[in-house]
Amino acid sequence: MTIVKATMAGTVWKVLVQEGEQVEAGQDVVILESMKMEIPIATEVAGTVKRIIAAEGDFINSDDDLVEIE
Amino acid sequence: MFSKVLIANRGEIARRIIRTCDKLGIDTVAVYSEADAESLHVKEATESYCIGKPPVAQSYLNIDAIIEVAKKSGAQAIHPGYGLLSENANFAKRVEDAGLVFIGPTSDVIQAMGSKIEARKTMELAGVPIIQGVNDPIANVDEAVKTSEDIGYPVMLKASAGGGGIGMQLVDSEDELRKAFEGNQKRAQSFFGDGTMFIEKYIDQPHHVEVQVLADKHGNVVPVFERECSIQRRNQKVVEEAPSPFISEETRQKMLNAAVDAAKHIGYTNAGTIEFLVDSQQNFYFLEMNTRLQVEHPVTEEITGLDLVEQQLKVANGETLAFTRESLNRNGHSIEVRIYAENPITFFPSPGKITHLQLPKGDGIRHEVAIGSGSVVTPFYDPMIGKLIVFGQTRSEACVKLADALRNYVIEGIQTNIPMLLDIVTHPQFIEGVTTTKFVEEYYLSK
Repeated sequence: MTIVKATMAGTVWKVLVQEGEQVEAGQDVVILESMKMEIPIATEVAGTVKRIIAAEGDFINSDDDLVEIE
Repeated sequence: MFSKVLIANRGEIARRIIRTCDKLGIDTVAVYSEADAESLHVKEATESYCIGKPPVAQSYLNIDAIIEVAKKSGAQAIHPGYGLLSENANFAKRVEDAGLVFIGPTSDVIQAMGSKIEARKTMELAGVPIIQGVNDPIANVDEAVKTSEDIGYPVMLKASAGGGGIGMQLVDSEDELRKAFEGNQKRAQSFFGDGTMFIEKYIDQPHHVEVQVLADKHGNVVPVFERECSIQRRNQKVVEEAPSPFISEETRQKMLNAAVDAAKHIGYTNAGTIEFLVDSQQNFYFLEMNTRLQVEHPVTEEITGLDLVEQQLKVANGETLAFTRESLNRNGHSIEVRIYAENPITFFPSPGKITHLQLPKGDGIRHEVAIGSGSVVTPFYDPMIGKLIVFGQTRSEACVKLADALRNYVIEGIQTNIPMLLDIVTHPQFIEGVTTTKFVEEYYLSK
């Protein structure tokens, strides 16, 4: 199990994956908005999306959990 | 003159406006979000009012709350700064309707220039050169492909309501256009609430040169020379200077004439900027008009001795400009760099706490900053945290001062673009003064 974490503080602009979806390593799973810029966050591992932890519109801090991959 | 002015902005520009108001004996009213409670502009204003939560939609863009504070505090005029509500025609109209003075042009003029497509049509009528392109919105990707074939690749895909480079992309082929169209349309819809797109021919090796104008309410329009802002990253300006090292005196006079024609044609009042692209043959084309004070206004102040915020306040108060094009002189050379809280390689934002700040001092060095040691840079707002401006009798003197100042700029706790700025301003191409808007891509990112 791997948790994809936020690389910086910001707002969750878009969640690009759904629970149960297969993802590849390097695939963007969430887009954050920080300082008026879109920041794509990719998973480093391939697998199945087990849980979406962050919801669109949530404010998150650096290192907060976004998505769980199994 | 007004006795109290509300500043509907934050950061360095709010402090800049407060400084001129203090000089003129005008009381200031600051508005702020919960994230900015400890900010310097809040402490420096005569009065300060919290107007909401950190996201701009709930505070700095809350028109009702801002007008309510203006009335409650007894402010007679509102200065919008740049960004946020500064080019929002509805806000200007609401200020006018509330019986207050909007420090800027009338809401009608803001409206007319707010749509880039409408602005193209208007400028064509004013006799100002525009870039080959379309004067009608592009409905869908197939229409975009057809239009681009007519114009010929490469083309610039643009959002009519766009700004800051958002919704804009250089496109080389049909394949690229098909990939780019919808994404940019969505982005424009999401950022500006308007996904109207249009297409212009791409100008090769373009220089970005803009003309500052001041216009009073009595029909006088004075061009306050030009600024060159060719060095950009993500289509946002990074380095700006006055005068332009690229254009000839003949081109300069033609551009100043065009800017005066444009301002007169639309009945412009207050400070405004007409942006042009200039190609390698010194042909220039209208890009857009910014109906507000520009971020880079200090370089114009440095070479003319004018205080542009003071001029804005006087014009808004109904005073006649005290100078003409003929009586206005310039002297020396000024360069500004924008300090961004970001990774200098990826340009990704770097919010956080500034643990230590030490600004370089010296003759001809000016700072416009909104931060100090202990300041927190939040993720809610623009990453620009300050501006460093230098003045020299010659351009080469200004370049040397700028490089020295950047080497002595100490900022710890967050990442900034200072290493990139230092690379740029010491680059032979920059020193020679021949940089185009492609500079960062071609010379910096390819390293």
